[in-house]
Amino acid sequence: MITPDAPPPEIPAATPFTIAGRTFDSRLIMGTGGAPSMDVLEEALIASGTELTTVAMRRVDAKAKGSVIELLDRLGIDVLPNTAGCFTSTETVMYAELAREALETDWIKLEAIGDEATLLPDPIETLEAAEQLVAKGFTVLVYTNDDPVLARHLADTGCAAIMPLGAPIGSGLGIRNPHNIELIVENATVPIILDAGIGTASDAALAMELGCDGVLLASAVTRCHAPGLMARAMRDAVHAGHAARHAGRIPQRRYAEASSAMEGRID
Amino acid sequence: MIGGGLMGAAIAWRLAQRGREVTVVTGPGPIEAPGATAAWASAGMLAPVTETNFTETGLLDLNLDSLRRWPRFVDELADTGADPGYRTDSTLSVAQSPDDAARLSDFADFCDDHDLTTKRLTSREARRLEPLLSPRVRSALLVEADVSCDNRMLWSALIHAATTAGVRFTPGEVEAVTTDDDRATGVRLRTAEQVTADHIVLAAGAWSGSIDLPVEVPVRPVKGQILRLHAGTLPRLTHTVRAFSHGQEVYLVPRHHGEVVVGASVEEMGFDTRVTGEGAWSLLRDARQVMPLTAEYTLNEFSVGFRPGTPDNSPFLGPSGVPGLTLACGHHRNGVLLVPLTADAVVEHITDGRLPDCAAPFTLARPMTARKPRREEEP
Repeated sequence: MITPDAPPPEIPAATPFTIAGRTFDSRLIMGTGGAPSMDVLEEALIASGTELTTVAMRRVDAKAKGSVIELLDRLGIDVLPNTAGCFTSTETVMYAELAREALETDWIKLEAIGDEATLLPDPIETLEAAEQLVAKGFTVLVYTNDDPVLARHLADTGCAAIMPLGAPIGSGLGIRNPHNIELIVENATVPIILDAGIGTASDAALAMELGCDGVLLASAVTRCHAPGLMARAMRDAVHAGHAARHAGRIPQRRYAEASSAMEGRID
Repeated sequence: MIGGGLMGAAIAWRLAQRGREVTVVTGPGPIEAPGATAAWASAGMLAPVTETNFTETGLLDLNLDSLRRWPRFVDELADTGADPGYRTDSTLSVAQSPDDAARLSDFADFCDDHDLTTKRLTSREARRLEPLLSPRVRSALLVEADVSCDNRMLWSALIHAATTAGVRFTPGEVEAVTTDDDRATGVRLRTAEQVTADHIVLAAGAWSGSIDLPVEVPVRPVKGQILRLHAGTLPRLTHTVRAFSHGQEVYLVPRHHGEVVVGASVEEMGFDTRVTGEGAWSLLRDARQVMPLTAEYTLNEFSVGFRPGTPDNSPFLGPSGVPGLTLACGHHRNGVLLVPLTADAVVEHITDGRLPDCAAPFTLARPMTARKPRREEEP
């Protein structure tokens, strides 16, 4: 019998969040774009509990004083450099190499954009860049469309994690095609991280309920009215969604089923 | 006075008015990177309302206070024979796409919640006020409080006023603030020359964090690329126009003499003085989307300036914790606007030994996240 003092059940320990041999307690990866100030960003990062945060290499000078890199270092959060803003595989590979040199990390979040209005990933350039980066010894976490076939190709290429979008970057539209995300998860051979499109906490929870291993988000926190509070909400949502996934949800039914059985009641 | 920008010149002028002997060492900024000071590069918006955001309501109060000081400040400058190019034409904030309109509407709600007076306009109403706007402007917000000045004229005006009042300007690159027994006693220049003073004021803009100081002052350069077009004989804007344009932000600030300032990028690139293809192209593109006639204007200048950024985007005013060293730096996006208040507050701190209430929340000792104990935010 569970007493009121008993600790709450834990999520099975058999499911640590591991990417390329590195294990994380937090399944929430943060981005830094859009924060109104360094101070607000810091508050949000702390509240999110994140251990890994992505930074656009085109938009920061890693050596600059007071930079976001310095902030992450002070908070003990690992930097995941990304290639945001790149269109071609050539640019993408070049920025990955710059990041490796500047930050002394082999990890790269690969992002090759195919269209400026939607910021949707270019599948051809993405696959091309993934092949080159894997060959050069990078640990590649790849931003991709919610296409299960492309996701399989990218995993076969040797990417360390597949990061399908829920909706276009910064749109806050949530997960527009949950079925595709489920298909990607079902066939996964590497971790799946829902990246882009998260608008609010329920979106992050849904990603985890669909079976994603983690969630990456930025705008939903950095551009909202109270970033620290939303970061905390996202942390809880990712945790809740992950727990719900492992708790084994009930089947959905067309008709009601009383939660208390009707038989044997005292009249 | 370390720094001969807007803050340095204004504070020096005010101190001289009170009978103080002031020497302004004008470096390091203008010497290392001519023209890259915020005093020269910026657009001169006096815009507490359109510059605010959801997380900076404390700074908003400071900015509004300084705005109220502007008319008298301009009159006093005029008494010295100088003209800072102050104009009272209001600001139109416009939206292009439906997404931009939603964002502008969200901002208008925020203004309502904080008793900031704005007026929502339809596209046609906005274009009656400002006929050069693109018909594709979908909605607008008229912000009467937000006005502008010509920051380059302001800078000249302040240097003129200060010089007339007896302030000495001397070129030099300050390397360090020297101390004796924990009190600031002067500065050491890159040439190893020493200058001693009873009181030191740090007003070195984006370079304030690069000087060897007895206390850490977290100021970093935030790069902005900005351009200047000229109308020539073509029709001109009258309002400052700020736009959300397909997810980007751009502003156009008109000058009496026909120039329009278009800005600006926000980049964490250290002291990178390059104008880039992306920087130039996106400003021209966004300006043209908001006001098609900009494509016909003369392109006079592309430049780069450095905003003095701080961790919470607010300035450091008054005591530094080190006797003899006063701060007037870190004004980030609101430097031009905050000139009158900064000068008043810092002068009062130096001459009367007390910082006015309006500036008290903006000392270096204020809590910033970096210094707060870690906590989890709960509703």
